[in-house]
Amino acid sequence: MRTDVSKINETTPYEDLTEGLIMHAGGTAKEFKTGEWRTNTPVFYAEKCKQCLLCAPVCPDGCIPVKDGRRADFDYDHCKGCGICVKACPFGALAMVEGVEPIKEEGV
Amino acid sequence: MSVKDRMSGNEAVAYAIKQVNPDVMPAFPITPSTEIPQLVSNYIANNEMDTEFIPVESEHSSMSATIGAEAAGARSLTATSSCGLALMWEELLLAASNRMPCVLTLVNRTLSGPININCDHSDAMGARDTGWIQIFAESNQEAYDNFIQAYPIAEDKRVHLPVMICQDGFITSHAVQNIVLNEDEEVQDFVGEYHPEEFLLNDGNPIAIGPYSISSYAMEARKAQEMAMENSKEVIIEVARRYKEKFGRGFELFEEYKTEDADYIMVIMGSAAGTAKQAVDDLREKGMKVGVLKLRVFRPFPAEELAEALKNAKGIAIMERTESYNGHGGPLCSELRAALYEHKVYTEAVCYTYGLAGRDFTVEHVYDIFNEVNDIVVNGKEYKQHRYINLRTKEV
Repeated sequence: MRTDVSKINETTPYEDLTEGLIMHAGGTAKEFKTGEWRTNTPVFYAEKCKQCLLCAPVCPDGCIPVKDGRRADFDYDHCKGCGICVKACPFGALAMVEGVEPIKEEGV
Repeated sequence: MSVKDRMSGNEAVAYAIKQVNPDVMPAFPITPSTEIPQLVSNYIANNEMDTEFIPVESEHSSMSATIGAEAAGARSLTATSSCGLALMWEELLLAASNRMPCVLTLVNRTLSGPININCDHSDAMGARDTGWIQIFAESNQEAYDNFIQAYPIAEDKRVHLPVMICQDGFITSHAVQNIVLNEDEEVQDFVGEYHPEEFLLNDGNPIAIGPYSISSYAMEARKAQEMAMENSKEVIIEVARRYKEKFGRGFELFEEYKTEDADYIMVIMGSAAGTAKQAVDDLREKGMKVGVLKLRVFRPFPAEELAEALKNAKGIAIMERTESYNGHGGPLCSELRAALYEHKVYTEAVCYTYGLAGRDFTVEHVYDIFNEVNDIVVNGKEYKQHRYINLRTKEV
């Protein structure tokens, strides 16, 4: 019988944890909001974007969602603010701002 | 039907590996365990077994690959000695904490320095707190028998811990002795097939092994692992009984040789127990009531059982085949004296260090030790703990 890991939390006694803390589930990393580690933040100016999609594959954390051949805004729950996507963008559609919030400059 | 043969300890363990026919064996050669992967490779090349052998570039890799294969769902093992075990250090802890029931056949050799290739227990004793079950052999026969019991212990769901099967470098690994081998089918029947409940290649049931643990969970994980080690004691005993029932040989946590009425008992591990038994036979002919307690299982440490077995002795000689450089004796000595104290057995317990880096240990040394313990108990002779046996010294 598999352990339902969604029922394990910080009050679970040691007897009820899984052996070796093995996760009996897949894809659970997305529930861990690592975006708060960010000190700088990329912002997306959709009107400048040509949808060339050079940015999405260089993101080390898969934080640029692509659907039907078009990118959407960042997944800020997991973006660490590394800035690689900004360097990859040939059209100035991405820019870094200081801090954890994606505050867009007006008139850009 | 068993088969009589003559084999070295390495040959005996390699033969047991062939009979168990595990799924994966990554290994890197190091004296004196090199023959084990070499002989297994021969068996594989001759189509006598179908284990996947992985030649790797270091022991760090062999242990890593063993863990990886085990996590994937394969019954896995490796072999090493001395510095090879030291290079596996990080992975030994990972194998145990990730609860991998893999096996390591260790051929005990000293750790540097001075660099030396001969037997003592400093490699295994250095790994004593890595979370592995550790089982020691006196003879080639015991090394063979112990290996066949390794997976049934490791894979028991009360345990799920790795097992280290230890034998003394050169003394048993390279010396040829008579041996009784079990039939292949009987071994396979005894060990059974491996069907893990959770493993990485289990399609449709994804798991993650070895995830980062924050402080809210890590201490609970350690306790659970510690409980598994405590539980392993009853499993080791059950498996040993089942083995003895089927094949007629073996011991549980330790062997008691002529200890029942003994005034003085020598506690010892590994091949030197044979030397001690010969000396006990000789001394008993002269009327001295002496015995040997040969410790088979060092991890888990059978503290309560040892205290019970030793409680009627007037004097105990604890034989240490490693040096802890702490001014207070090695692990067997420290742990056994703590066990005696905890269980209120206040017998005279004298620790001796012997056989480091292959130094000879003879029946004459055992006579001297028993005579000294007798002198201490009967005449109150003053003595120093942790005296080295067979050492050149200016001390008188």
